[in-house]
Amino acid sequence: MRNARLLGLGFLFHFKMLSRSGFNGLLAIVYPLFFATVAFFLFREGSPHALLYASLGASVMGVWSATSTSAGSALQRERWHGTLELLVAAPTHFSLVMLPITIAMSAVGIYSMAATLIWGRVLFGIDLHIAHPVSFVLAIPVTVISIGMFGFLIAVAFVRYRTAWALGNLLEYPVWLICGFLVPLTLFPSWVQPISWILAPTWGMRGIRQSALGGTPIPDIAICAGLGLAYTAIGVLLVDHLLRSARENATLALT
Amino acid sequence: MTGARIFFVGGLLSYRALFNWLSPWIFVPTFLIAPIFQILLFVYIGRSAGVASDKFYVVGNALQYAAIPCIFAMSNTIAGERFQQTLGFVLATPAARLPLFVGRSLPVILNGIAVCAFAFVVGGAIVGIDVPSSAVGPLALTIAVSAASCTGLGLLIAAVGLRVRETAVLNNIVFGVLLVFTGANVPLSDLPGWMSFLAQGMPLTHGIEAARRLADGASLSSVAGLIGAEAAVGAAYLVLGYALLRFMEWQSRRLATLESV
Repeated sequence: MRNARLLGLGFLFHFKMLSRSGFNGLLAIVYPLFFATVAFFLFREGSPHALLYASLGASVMGVWSATSTSAGSALQRERWHGTLELLVAAPTHFSLVMLPITIAMSAVGIYSMAATLIWGRVLFGIDLHIAHPVSFVLAIPVTVISIGMFGFLIAVAFVRYRTAWALGNLLEYPVWLICGFLVPLTLFPSWVQPISWILAPTWGMRGIRQSALGGTPIPDIAICAGLGLAYTAIGVLLVDHLLRSARENATLALT
Repeated sequence: MTGARIFFVGGLLSYRALFNWLSPWIFVPTFLIAPIFQILLFVYIGRSAGVASDKFYVVGNALQYAAIPCIFAMSNTIAGERFQQTLGFVLATPAARLPLFVGRSLPVILNGIAVCAFAFVVGGAIVGIDVPSSAVGPLALTIAVSAASCTGLGLLIAAVGLRVRETAVLNNIVFGVLLVFTGANVPLSDLPGWMSFLAQGMPLTHGIEAARRLADGASLSSVAGLIGAEAAVGAAYLVLGYALLRFMEWQSRRLATLESV
């Protein structure tokens, strides 16, 4: 119960904090819109179905965009603020502190998601008909939280890099590319598909699409949630290992 | 002589001191790997949408990605002085402002050329496009002019950075505008009229068009007009950027906003 409260309050606190910067909020909404606009122009020559396919994909791109760079530099930010040592020294497990931060980062992407769908509707006339509304409502938070959990794993994995933001930023395009946001996975070489299968955004995207366009979204949503939990479990193990190493070698501050 | 030293030596020193992306941990992922993935993203979107050839996206995105070094580096090497608390010292010097500010653009242009050429060659090799060997020289010239033109825009943004705190956000937004408007991925003929009209005044638009024609086998003389237009657009931004820098310098003295962060 205490842990659930910590996760909930941590999420609320960081979501509010991340929402405070007008400039960053604007960027989180506007930046993915540029890519969505290009996609809409390219797909509008095709069927309305293709345009809706692109609209849903572009909307989830924003969630990943909000997570990748920010999560990569999440620990570095605490380091700059001088709070990393305090958080590590706190009696609460460090994972319970970091997880809400990265989930809040991905949740900020919901603004972008909504903006992209509205942008597509208003400027390109893309109607969003949802075949399975209940699944759709379930698929979005599961996808956002799973992406946040993926962000947690990235944040932990990059803890030893001062320039973690650049590594996080680097992951933006590849995940957009191979998770099927705008390009069907069948277009890629066969060796790419197993990589996309271990990425939660792939299944979240499929769940959202199947919910909106019709199909069987529940298995995809379940796999997305399962992968998110797996990332968290790996991240927790990594945290223990890395913090032990940082304590032994006195390298937490990277100075 | 002093002006030449400020231009070349001062420009290089400022670039190395203030553009912290030169660390391999930032340079490699940001300037060498990311443009390849941008090319691949749009090549595959293009294949999925069936709009244009792979070559169209390789050329468009390789040139458009030059915007990242040209805009970010240029704004960092000027607006970055504020964050280092050295802007006051720079502006207190009697050094002529033209070599002081514009000299910082030369390393940025070279950086832009290198990034663009790398993306073009590696992205093209991965996707498998054919470019006639006779086009290599003219393409190099087009890339150089496009990088210089985009750096002109970077100087303008750097000037804004003397007053606006969030230059990184501004740079990203400008990058996105160039992505949509310049025809890097959407042919100008497919854009609404007002967008293709505005694109004529943006850097990279004419350079991308010239590079595409050269890659398709056109001669240098047939695209000289486009390269000239690209150079003219870049020169206009350079003049505007320099004028705005001087204005911002004057304003920051008048309103005491030089060090406000």
